[in-house]
Amino acid sequence: MSGPTTYSLTVNGRAVEVQADDDAPLLHVLRHDLGLAGPRFGCGVGLCGACFVLLDGSPAPSCDTPMWSVIGKTVVTVEGLADGDSLHPVQQAFLDEQAAQCGFCVSGVLVSAAALLAAEPRPTEEQVAGSLDRNLCRCGVQRRMVAAVLRAATGAGPDGHSPGDES
Amino acid sequence: MTLPPHLAANPRLSRWLHVTADGTVTLRTGKVELGQGILTALALIAADELDVDPASVRVVAASTALGPDEGPTAGSMSVADSGSAVRHAAAAVRALFLDAAAVRLGSDELTVRDGVISRTDGAGTTTYGELASHVDLDVDADPAATPKPAAERRLTGSDLLRLDLPDKVAGRPRYLSDLELPGQLWGRVVRPPSPAATLRDADVAGAQALPGVVAVVRDGSFLGVVADDEHAADRAADQLRRDATWSEHETLPDEDELSGYLRAGPSTTFTIDEAGGPGEAPERTVTATYSRPFLAHASIAPSCGLARWDGDDLQVWSHSQNVFGLRAAIAQALGIDAARVQVEHVESAGAYGHNGADDAAFDAVLLARAAPGRPVQVRWSRSDELTWSPFGSAQVVDLTAGLDAGGRIVSWDCDIWSQGHTARPGYAGAPGLLAAAHLSGGAPLPAPVDPPPERGAGSARGAVPTYDLPVRRIRGHRLEQVALRTSSLRSLGAFTNVFAIESFVDELAAAADADPLDFRLAHLSDERGRAVLSTAAERAGWSGRERGGDVGTGVAVARYKKGGWCAVVAEVEAVSEVRLRRLVLAVEVGAVVHADGVRNQVEGGAVQAASWTLKERVRFDRTRVTSVDWETYPILRFSEVPQVDVVLLDRPDLPSVGAGEVAQGPTAAAIGNALAAAVGVRVRDLPLTPDRVLAAMDA
Ligand code: FES
Ligand code: FES
Repeated sequence: MSGPTTYSLTVNGRAVEVQADDDAPLLHVLRHDLGLAGPRFGCGVGLCGACFVLLDGSPAPSCDTPMWSVIGKTVVTVEGLADGDSLHPVQQAFLDEQAAQCGFCVSGVLVSAAALLAAEPRPTEEQVAGSLDRNLCRCGVQRRMVAAVLRAATGAGPDGHSPGDES
Repeated sequence: MTLPPHLAANPRLSRWLHVTADGTVTLRTGKVELGQGILTALALIAADELDVDPASVRVVAASTALGPDEGPTAGSMSVADSGSAVRHAAAAVRALFLDAAAVRLGSDELTVRDGVISRTDGAGTTTYGELASHVDLDVDADPAATPKPAAERRLTGSDLLRLDLPDKVAGRPRYLSDLELPGQLWGRVVRPPSPAATLRDADVAGAQALPGVVAVVRDGSFLGVVADDEHAADRAADQLRRDATWSEHETLPDEDELSGYLRAGPSTTFTIDEAGGPGEAPERTVTATYSRPFLAHASIAPSCGLARWDGDDLQVWSHSQNVFGLRAAIAQALGIDAARVQVEHVESAGAYGHNGADDAAFDAVLLARAAPGRPVQVRWSRSDELTWSPFGSAQVVDLTAGLDAGGRIVSWDCDIWSQGHTARPGYAGAPGLLAAAHLSGGAPLPAPVDPPPERGAGSARGAVPTYDLPVRRIRGHRLEQVALRTSSLRSLGAFTNVFAIESFVDELAAAADADPLDFRLAHLSDERGRAVLSTAAERAGWSGRERGGDVGTGVAVARYKKGGWCAVVAEVEAVSEVRLRRLVLAVEVGAVVHADGVRNQVEGGAVQAASWTLKERVRFDRTRVTSVDWETYPILRFSEVPQVDVVLLDRPDLPSVGAGEVAQGPTAAAIGNALAAAVGVRVRDLPLTPDRVLAAMDA
């Protein structure tokens, strides 16, 4: 294997340079080199969604994304969904609906939901559930989470925010 | 008045509560957050009793060094046990502060609101914060301190927002795997490839030579690596796995013949309940057998542990359900004095019983020995989590009942076949830590046991029907030697027992030509049971089993241990797949402390039970466990989750009991009954997969 390489990418709107092995997973670099604990390790092989980030706008498993494949790309983690101190509407909706138990899956679910709302500001219930199907939740909070995403979507209208704007 | 048991065991008030000059109240409990909001409920109780703003209460993690010892956080007893202790401790603290306020304000006619203590005549006020330095909490709780009567509680029953969720939706570090201490290293264990495998040989040089590797540990069949970052640890573990050879043995039963395995023995047979004589001869007899397979905890986070040796002293951070139990087990396994071991709780993903948390902590302890003075974090892989965390036991239930000419149950006979349902640290006199059995000279883990009846039993949990059955005979048979390690998984034996009982009651109703709801009500005189059953039926618009087309409706009811009641109505559509469309639950768990928390737990429990019922099964061949990832161990996904309605019946006059497990059994049975109504044949072996439905239709 080769030694560490310097990578340039954009993370949560900031240009960053990090040293990493080519085969190091993006998740590792986010958590350890960039201090972003939001993406969580759940399976390491792209099957649970706990580590999801937006990669050029689409949800992707950072656990299964090697550094060599993200050169020059834009990464948004759950920490990057909020606009400074003001939460993304879907994060706020998760608080309003109390849509979590242990919360370990929540980062990844929020990332998937934000991507959906960016593409489809008024999704149906089936669309929400379908777009979260790659995210697993063992605590059984799926109904509340779907309700929260729908709340974020409808809440977006009156005050003019489109929930997807930030991402 | 006497002290609640947990307070009597830890009477020193300063172990529970601390007040600082800024008015912050620190609450320490022996209970740990398992993801269900228990700490929020306890904070609410303390705030209510003290009359302070809940926002001023800070709940800190359980710790063997500082907090009370309340045993494990398990069996849905947190609010019942810890809640009453916290309530009484807070009442005692409040009384001490009122005494101090009376001196300061020159009157003992006082009221308290939001942490402000005022003379009732308005002639002076003070606060908890101002008095903090004058009140000594290093005293034992006064048994005479009386908590408020239920009617005066202001916060209880309210929908306080969970204290931990803002961090969680913002993605802030919160979990054990996020904790990074100065000088921290990362460890990985290379587990044997199968439950009975032993290490034949390992060439450690390859892993040792990799960049970033600090140590390779080999002791008996225990293999591990320590590295200075997580990626290097993963790489070294992969290398070591390639360089190790194992002796493997065919020790596992046939996964399609679990019933034969569980019945084969040797078993311990015990009577669970017996009443009535032979009685009248039944008009007809019905017999059926039900089963579930082994189930995995399948927590969304793999188990994690962190440990540091400082000379002879050991500091451990764990998401264990019982930090005191873990401390004792580690000390026993290492042959050291427990006083030298300190364990602190740090949250991880949801735990639904005894998972790999304690084992991962001990892994960290063993690997940290190779790097004295440095904290070492061990995180399991997903496949280790699914194959090495203890499973919930497979179980088989044989039922036979007699019906009289009028369609009443006149006799009930039940035999339960199972492995034990607990192997928590310290069970059967052993440390019960996985790696301890792999170390050279390590004793094998004893067969799992069952908690005693007074703690809710194990395979026998939920085995005694809640119906009026004058003649009954219920026996358990627990295997004395097991092929797979099992321990507590949410509701233990109650899930299978209630699935069996409530499926069987439906079959009896059919034999008696009665509506399943009417048949249950005719045999259930307990008012609380009738209340949940009628409420669920009403909310679901119960009108018999058939809905027409391919849709069926099923009902089930049960009491969980000696605690809460839950009735479920399920609606299932069976076309090419089994589609669970809706669950309606009516739940009564005594006085409701944190209503939204109870609803969330009941709903989560029902969804998890639906997942067990429809999809889950630990897979294995004769040597290895083969369900190693989310493809081979599928759980319910978003688009498969049904609509769930929860109706809460509040009984402020009754003590609060747990809600986390009430839904497990009745949900399974209601789904099974709905499926039977939809397809016209009954599947008695879980999970209720399309294959099983087709097989039942062909039979
Ligand atoms: S941890 Fe990346 S998908 Fe599971
Ligand atoms: S909230 Fe625990 S896994 Fe989703």
